[in-house]
Amino acid sequence: MAGATTAGRAHASSRSFRHFTISASPGQLALALGIAAFLALFLVIPVGTVIYVAFTEKGTGEFTLVNFLDFARTDLFIRSFWNSVYVSAMSVVVASVFALPLAYITTRFEFRGAMLIQTLGFLPLIMPPFVGAVAMLLLFGRNGTVNLLLNDWFGFRIPFMEGLNGVIFVQAVHYFPFILINLSAALRNIDRAMEEAAQNLGSSGFRLFRRIVFPLAMPGYIAGASLVFVKVFDDLATPLLLNVKDMLAPQAYLRVTSIGIADPMGYVISVVLICMSILAMWISARAMRGKDYATVQRGGGGLSKRRMRPWESAVAYGAVLLILLLVLAPHIGLLLLSFATIWSFSPLPDAYTLSHYGRVFGESFVYVKNTLVYASIAGLIDVVLGTAIAYLVLRTKLIGREWLDWAATAALAIPGVVLGIGYLRTFYGVQLPDGTPLATLWITIVLALAIRRLPYALRACYAALQQISVSLEEAAENLGATKVRTVRRIVLPLMAGGILAGFVTSFATAAVELSATLMLVQSNADAPLAYGLYVFMQSAAGRGPGAALGVIAVLLVALCTFASHLIIEKSQQAKGAGR
Amino acid sequence: MNQSLPVVSSGVSAIDVDIRNVDLFYGTNHVLKGINLHIRPGEFFAFLGPSGCGKTTLLRLIAGFNQADGGEVLVGGRNVSHLPPWKRDVGMVFQSYALWPHMTVKRNVAFGLEERRVPRAEIDKRVAAALELVGLAHLADRRPSQLSGGQQQRVAVARTIAIEPKVLLLDEPLSNLDAKMRVQVRRELRDLQQRLGLTTIFVTHDQEEANTICDRIAVMNDGVVQQVGTPMELYAKPANLFVANFLGTANILPGRVVSEGGGRFFDIEGGIRLPVPADVTVPEGAKLVFRPQHATLGRSRADDIVLPGTVVHSEFLGSTLRYGVKIGAAEVSIDTPFQSGEELHQPGFAVELGLSLRSALWLAA
Repeated sequence: MAGATTAGRAHASSRSFRHFTISASPGQLALALGIAAFLALFLVIPVGTVIYVAFTEKGTGEFTLVNFLDFARTDLFIRSFWNSVYVSAMSVVVASVFALPLAYITTRFEFRGAMLIQTLGFLPLIMPPFVGAVAMLLLFGRNGTVNLLLNDWFGFRIPFMEGLNGVIFVQAVHYFPFILINLSAALRNIDRAMEEAAQNLGSSGFRLFRRIVFPLAMPGYIAGASLVFVKVFDDLATPLLLNVKDMLAPQAYLRVTSIGIADPMGYVISVVLICMSILAMWISARAMRGKDYATVQRGGGGLSKRRMRPWESAVAYGAVLLILLLVLAPHIGLLLLSFATIWSFSPLPDAYTLSHYGRVFGESFVYVKNTLVYASIAGLIDVVLGTAIAYLVLRTKLIGREWLDWAATAALAIPGVVLGIGYLRTFYGVQLPDGTPLATLWITIVLALAIRRLPYALRACYAALQQISVSLEEAAENLGATKVRTVRRIVLPLMAGGILAGFVTSFATAAVELSATLMLVQSNADAPLAYGLYVFMQSAAGRGPGAALGVIAVLLVALCTFASHLIIEKSQQAKGAGR
Repeated sequence: MNQSLPVVSSGVSAIDVDIRNVDLFYGTNHVLKGINLHIRPGEFFAFLGPSGCGKTTLLRLIAGFNQADGGEVLVGGRNVSHLPPWKRDVGMVFQSYALWPHMTVKRNVAFGLEERRVPRAEIDKRVAAALELVGLAHLADRRPSQLSGGQQQRVAVARTIAIEPKVLLLDEPLSNLDAKMRVQVRRELRDLQQRLGLTTIFVTHDQEEANTICDRIAVMNDGVVQQVGTPMELYAKPANLFVANFLGTANILPGRVVSEGGGRFFDIEGGIRLPVPADVTVPEGAKLVFRPQHATLGRSRADDIVLPGTVVHSEFLGSTLRYGVKIGAAEVSIDTPFQSGEELHQPGFAVELGLSLRSALWLAA
């Protein structure tokens, strides 16, 4: 025992000496170089190319700012920029209106069904916003269910879905869970003693909330809000489906697809998108920095829950019900649409049919098959890379190992449309022996999906590895197992739960990803489900099958999310029992 | 230490706390069972007991964070049982300190005064005075996260006394400090309490803490007050086995009382008999209790009784030697002072134990 600790200390102190040597086995070094090459090839170079093109003169390759000047001088782009800022900011506001009451009521009061609300509140996340956009048009559009009824009964309409309003409404409904999750967690993490200390010193009611509870929950709120801002700013498919073209992401897509891959404007817009992403993340990081407000102490609980008076209950239930109805509207609408024969100028569909599903499972099943294949491979790549990077960072002393982590995580700041443009530009010139460009192969879609989802899978693997005590591995090595065998027999089995959860999450989100794939799909035969949905939804006749496809996508993702919950719970139970 | 203390409500006006017949349930769990306690004005009083005994629950009840299901709490003669926490004027220092991380030290300390709508100039004065009192005036603009554990603890105290509470409640205030700091801070707390003359209630599971700083202690177990007294009373005259065991080391010999030939005897399990002094009352089911230092190896005084035993283990503790000695079926600890040159008796060694029955007690559970 004593010997082990002294050895450990000697080991630790020798760390400072070894700074200048490559203290890693050849195998680890090869692994690190392989990952670095992969990230360079499929993340750094494509994104670097986009930035390079934005800053160089077309044809000559000389450094120039003229492209940005052109951007600033074009009314359309400036208008698009401000529209994007406006839509993103308003989406945050509207999402906050949905999220604040739900978070507050469920964490601060004894509220029956609090668990159900928290669960239902997550539902929108399993469906990307563009899927529900058409359903929302049918429910809230000018001639949608709600406005038809309003007009019949009261003689007025509310322009929920007119122009930018539609984008804001759809995005807010879909992304408010980010605020709900973060804010609820922040509220729950406030130590009860923080509130009690204030009460003990004479504070109560709204003053207590304003001076103590709200400031302590602020970092969580900002984290959620900035995430919503970025997601909305980068989203490409929702505005396109709602026929809003003067926003930045759609402009980037339209420039590259209509004018061509050589036009520098798409690249300039991409750089602007990246900058906005980084800005929002920086604000969020700043809000969190030095404010580790998770103040719950051992033995302490979150804020105390108060019982509501009857009238408070009534108001609370009313508000919660209304919000949930709004939030679930896209799901309900999509389900109706997928069974509807004709649904136009009427509050509900005229008649119901199963034919859309028949069509999807017949001729369009290729989309589902492609999605399963692509998302599986992408998820696999992600957990392999994630596990390897986590191992290198946490368990070796390889110089520069953090760079792998940073590079992989940097993918968070790269909007899908930018990655798509980068891939097109970079890999169009790379030709296979038979002359087809690399960029047109379906594997490029898979790689783009893998890169997009890597940061999330990496965090899952990282967390899984962090929970394993190093002494478990040292014990194996002490008993004669080599590094490689220790990883195989001790580390991987213990990480299995976390890795599997990471895979399922990557799979589920990759299955409905569209912004990068929209750029990269070359033929219908190679297209994944999300792309098929997008194509269907663009024509009135395609809405039925599109909705059916959407329902399938939602079910797929829901199933995966549920599975990942089960896996995480099970592996935690198994570990708890072992202890 | 005779500086003027603007923060102080002087010792003369100190008030008492009266806890009457308090009952409290968590669901069906009876957490506090008919508690009756009177804490005198200006007293430093401890609730001492193992975790789960209800001591923190009782403290939080006084602060208003728990509601009693029966009985009442009087602060300075006024029934506060139905007042919300923010109207009670009892200052509490939390175990976790509960310093608000988004406010500086100064803002933390000023908070209670601001809530009381005290004029700004006076707030500044009283905050400065409170920080001066705990010796942290130079750290007023820091944030809690920039302070050490001991400093945070002192800010928590300053924040509480700044509002000049009628009673000071301390919930295990030393438990988050390292051993050395704990000794220092407990002296500071005692010092501060003496200067302010403030009625103070201190919750702890550590008997040494309670013994060193408190005037009187209520020993609690299982929701019941076992005994109230000064530290010395509790140690010398514990009321029952729990108190004897919880405060210091106690040797406990089970047995039964028999009357024979006009005298009373105590038969220790294992076949050893000793006489029971005539003036001692032995409660039903009592066991013989004595401290390790109340017995010697070999008879030391004429009226000692002698018990035959066998050494089962021996430890050298520096100033003392501690022996485990088997007496009949039971094992007891005996401390003897160490004299240089002395040899440690090894296990198996047969000894005679000299026990003064004047310092022994017969206690029931």
